[in-house]
This record gives sequence, C-alpha cells and structure tokens, in this order.
Amino acid sequence: METMNIVVLIKQVPDTWSERKLTDTDHTLDRDAADAVIDEINERAVEEALLLKEAHGGKVTVVSMGPDRATDAIRKALSMGADEAVHISDAALHGSDTIQTAKVLASAIRTIEGVDLVVAGNEATDGRAGAIPAMLAELLGLPQLTHARRVEVEGTEVRVERETEDGITHLAAELPAVVSVGEKINEPRYPSFKGIMAAKKKPVTTLGLGDLGIDPSEVGLAAAFTSVVESAPKPPRGAGERVEDQGDGGVRIVEYLAAQKLV
Amino acid sequence: MPDYRLDEEHEQLRATVAEFARDVVAPVIAGYYEREEFPYDIVRGMGEMGLFGLPFPEEYEGMGGDYFALCLALEELARVDSSVAITLEAGVSLGAMPIYRFGTEDQRLRWLPDLCSGRRLAAFGLTESDGGSDAQATRTRASLEGGEWVVNGSKVFITNSGTDITSLVTVTAVTGRSEAGNEISAVVVPSGTPGFTVAGHYSKVGWNASNTCELAFADCRVPEANLLGERGRGYAQFLRILDEGRIAIAALGVGLAQGCVDESLRYARERTAFGKNIGSYQAIQFKIADMEARAHTARLAYYDAAARMSRGESFKKQASIAKLVSSNAAMDNAREATQIFGGYGFMNETPVGRFYRDAKILEIGEGTSEVQRMLISREMGLR
Ligand SMILES: Cc1cc2nc3c(=O)[nH]c(=O)nc-3n(C[C@H](O)[C@H](O)[C@H](O)COP(=O)(O)OP(=O)(O)OC[C@H]3O[C@@H](n4cnc5c(N)ncnc54)[C@H](O)[C@@H]3O)c2cc1C
Repeated sequence: METMNIVVLIKQVPDTWSERKLTDTDHTLDRDAADAVIDEINERAVEEALLLKEAHGGKVTVVSMGPDRATDAIRKALSMGADEAVHISDAALHGSDTIQTAKVLASAIRTIEGVDLVVAGNEATDGRAGAIPAMLAELLGLPQLTHARRVEVEGTEVRVERETEDGITHLAAELPAVVSVGEKINEPRYPSFKGIMAAKKKPVTTLGLGDLGIDPSEVGLAAAFTSVVESAPKPPRGAGERVEDQGDGGVRIVEYLAAQKLV
Repeated sequence: MPDYRLDEEHEQLRATVAEFARDVVAPVIAGYYEREEFPYDIVRGMGEMGLFGLPFPEEYEGMGGDYFALCLALEELARVDSSVAITLEAGVSLGAMPIYRFGTEDQRLRWLPDLCSGRRLAAFGLTESDGGSDAQATRTRASLEGGEWVVNGSKVFITNSGTDITSLVTVTAVTGRSEAGNEISAVVVPSGTPGFTVAGHYSKVGWNASNTCELAFADCRVPEANLLGERGRGYAQFLRILDEGRIAIAALGVGLAQGCVDESLRYARERTAFGKNIGSYQAIQFKIADMEARAHTARLAYYDAAARMSRGESFKKQASIAKLVSSNAAMDNAREATQIFGGYGFMNETPVGRFYRDAKILEIGEGTSEVQRMLISREMGLR
C-alpha cells in the first residue's frame, strides 16, 4: 500500500453536557434544545484516521449526514487535521432511520474514488443504535471490523483488536474495509489554532439527495422502518442495594458485581 | 460602530480551550493546587494545542495567530484555574515575547521553537527584593569582561523560573551609568548556567500550582551575544512588554471573574435553604447580576485594548484601564462567589475557594493597581 485514502464518518450530536430531549411533535431529537457538538466517539475515529495517515501518508475525508448545523462538527474534524469533507444535507432526510442513513452514507462514500478504509464510531451518543458501521459494510460489500480498541495497517491488510463484553478478538481483513472504533481506541487531539485557521481553506462538498440519485420518498420519517410512538423521561434512580457486612461483605459485593457482568 | 463579536477562528479557539479547561484541567487541578505541584502534564497538553505559540509566526513553530488569541485562551483557562493561566501568560508574554520582539534572528531561532511548542518555558526577571514597582531601582549588575556578561545580584518572585522545563530567564541588569541615571539592559541567562541558582519555591496565598522562585546570580557568566535588544534599552523594552502583558493579565482576570459567575449560577440553582433554591432570593440574584456586569464590562475593556494594539494604535492607557477594572472585577466576584457558596466557599477544594485565593495577586503583579492609576493619570496629562 502506497498511501491511504481514508473516510471518517462523523455526526453532530447534542452535547452530553447539555440537556438532551426529544421533540413533543414527532419524537425526533430536539436539535434546538441542546448545544450541538461533534460526537466524542467520532473525534476518536478522526484521531485514528489521522494517526493512520501520519504513519502511512494519504488523505482523510470526513463524511457527515446532518442539517446545516453539522458544518460545525465538520469544521472541527478539519481543524484536527482531516483534509476534506463531504456534507450530505437535505430537508427530506429529517427523521431517517438507521437503514436509510446507512444507504445514504454508502452512496456518498461511493462518490469518493479509491477508498481504502472507512472509519466510524461504534455508536453515537444520541441514537445509540450502533448499527450503522455494520449496515454500511454490508451495503458497500466490504469486510466489517467493529468495536476496535486498536487498529493497525500493514501492507494491504488491516488488523483490529475487537473488544466486547465477551472479551478480545483479533480480526484481520484485506483493504478496503470498514472499521468502527470504541472508547478506548485513543485520546483525540485538540485542534491547534493553526489547524483552525487552515480548516477554513479546506474543501467541503455539499451533496443533496439529487446528487446521490436517491428519491426523497425513500428516506425520512414517513418512509422509516422504525418509528418512535411515545417517549417518556427516564424514571428516577432506584435506592440501590445495601450490603451489611457480616464478615462476608467483600465476597457479596464481588458476587453482585459479577452478576451485573461488571467484573 | 465598534464590533466585539469574535470571528469564526477566534470563536473556535475559545471553544477549544474551554473544552480543554473543562475536560483536562478542571478534574485534576485541585490536587495539584493542594500539593503545590507544577502540573507538567497539563502544560504539555497546552503545548501540544499550540497555546504557547499563539501570537508567534510559524517559522518559529508558532501558530501564526495574534495577541488577542492568546488573551482568549487565557480567559478560558482562568475561568477554570488561574495557575495554568499564569503559567501560559508568563511563558508567552514575559518569557518568549521579549525574545521575539527584541531578539536577533539567531536568538529567535535558538530559543523560540522550544518555547512556542511548550516543550520549554521562559521567565522574565525584573522584580528585586528592594523594588518591584520602581523597576529603575534595579541593583543586579552585568559587566562585560572578556566577551562575557558577568551577572551579579538577585531577583524575587519570578514566575516559571524554576520548573524542570525552564530554559532561560531574561534578567534586567545595570550595565553602566549615564547622566540620566542607570543604564539598564536585558540579558538572557540560560537555566543551569554556573553561578545562577534558583531557590526553592515560595509558600504562596494563591496560584499554588504555578512556579514562582527567587533567583541569585554570583559571577554568572553568559556570552556577550546573550544581550537581548540594545544595550541601555532594557528599561524601555520591558515597559513595552509590560504594557502588552497588562492586556493579557486583564483577560486572565476576566476569566476568573466569569468563572465566579459560572460557579455561582450553578450553585444558586442547586442549593436550597429555607425550602427554596438560594437563587430564588433576590439577595443572591443581585449579587450574580452584579458579578456578570463586572465580568462583561472588564471583558469589553480588554477587547478594546487588544483591538487598539492590533491596529497599531497607542494602547497604554486602555491596557492599564483593562487591568485595573479586571482585577477589581476578579476580587469583587471572588468575594461574592465565596459568599454565595457559604461554608463550602471557604474550602480549598471548591473552585471558588481557589478563585478567592487567586484573585488578590491580580491587583499586585505586572504593575499594582496604584501603578495602573499612576499610568492612567499620566496618560491624561497629570504629572
Ligand atoms: C506570584 C507572583 C509572581 C510574580 N511574577 C513575576 C515575574 O515573573 N517577573 C517579575 O519581574 N516580577 C514578578 N512578580 C513581582 C511583581 O510584579 C511585584 O511584586 C509587583 O510589581 C509589586 O512590586 P513590589 O512587590 O516590590 O511592591 P512595591 O513596589 O514595594 O509596592 C508596595 C506598595 O506600594 C505601592 N506603591 C509603590 N510605589 C508607589 C507610588 N509611587 N505611589 C503610590 N503607591 C506606590 C504599591 O502599589 C504597593 O501597594 C511576581 C509577584 C508575585 C507575587
């Protein structure tokens, strides 16, 4: 492999530091209620792509589907060091579900020539479906290496340490491939002022559904496979379990933690 | 009309530093403060973000930004903690800036890249035990002997001078006498030069996670080429450096004042007394309103001084005004925020407890409030 052509998927989400809620009308995300930021897991995806680019040379393109406001998330990724961006924005996309989203993203990625690797976050902090990377790999006909806590590229092969509740699995695949990264993958860099200023001059292509050859009736809330019928705030936290120590307190705590699959 | 909105890049820088302060500084700084320990890890992170290179050109590993960008970064850091903010302020505005402004190309290339990247820190030694405000009373001497400056004397209260990553201290020294009085020049003394000793740090009221040391020079020899700027221009040079530095300190004070508002606003909504949020009592609301007003007006004052500086206009009076009102705002807000927090405000681990301890120095360092008033009235023609 000479140099790498990497695509990173990023999503603008409500800041987990602000209050997040759904709209009363159609139970979609109330995007006005909270500050919007690039999803933290996506920052890790961008960081991983940049590390790969720094090691192997090449180019990083960020792809984001979202309303106009998503330009902020895109700009942050460009400030961190990504080279260019594709922004898919179309009013008809409002309320799209995961399958529709994956289809749109796949079409957008197909507009980029010679992609070696697609990097995404495991799941977004808002929807938390965690299905996009796998769906996308399926639609693009590429191998999927999800839940990565370590990514390595050697020659034309990508190797990943996959971490799930069941433990660690070592995966390898020929490029091109789709990789999704987890929380432990890295610590994303903060953009420098130089990066911030350079980001302004980097190319951002905006695509509508027409540019991707997608009929508006195939996407959006009305055509979604899933729909949210009702939503209610999370009930207040329960009182918790009390362990009286009668000499066996430690053992009982460990038993409790083991039952919760925490140890 | 004057327009004080931030452009996109400055806003993004502000937001990035705010995020860094919230995620990296806030969770750990109370521990460093309590242990009076210099936070090397945080400083490294600030360096990686390019904060130490903000106002310097890229050829010296700077960020190609401006002084205002530095001020915004200082404000956002000080909103969370003043020790890391003063480390940045002293490192850039007192440490690296004199080398950039008055250094030869050789001196710049030799020292600036390490300073701009935050790998190393520089300090500026002006104050002596017998005279801070009266900087012309400098007693430290430097005499030229066999192609070397031989420095003798001492300095007190020098920020960043004794860390493991300090690379140099620029000291002001008497290099001769003329009819007009002492001839004062600036000489760069690299850390570790024989004859240059750094005494252990002080026990301070505030800024406890920053480094402040006393310096002694005993027949300390540095090459003649370490003279910074023109011989005999040392006094004029540092006046320029201090004028700029006042805008930076003003930004730091605004950050502290705003941090007091942030904390108070949150606490007023959370804390209940007599069955209601304390924020529902007008006595608390008015305190917070006054605090916000002070932070806001002090911010406008430093924005104005920075804007004049970047337009190349005279900014001396505005810089002094900004420092004066901002240190007042910081003191007043720290007092009120501590009051709003009640007993918790008196605890070192709460941010407002630290704000209270960190505010006072702002009325003293880089020109006391009395000195600011002297400068302002002098600019108005009163002598
Ligand atoms: C934590 C810390 C960090 C510092 N960092 C640095 C540094 O990095 N580099 C450096 O060079 N210095 C540094 N200083 C020193 C600081 O700048 C001086 O302490 C300050 O300038 C005041 O000088 P002084 O302490 O000698 O007070 P003095 O000058 O002795 O003043 C005493 C009092 O008299 C008042 N006063 C003096 N002259 C007049 C007058 N003509 N009219 C009316 N009132 C007057 C002053 O306002 C003050 O209230 C630092 C100090 C501290 C505490």
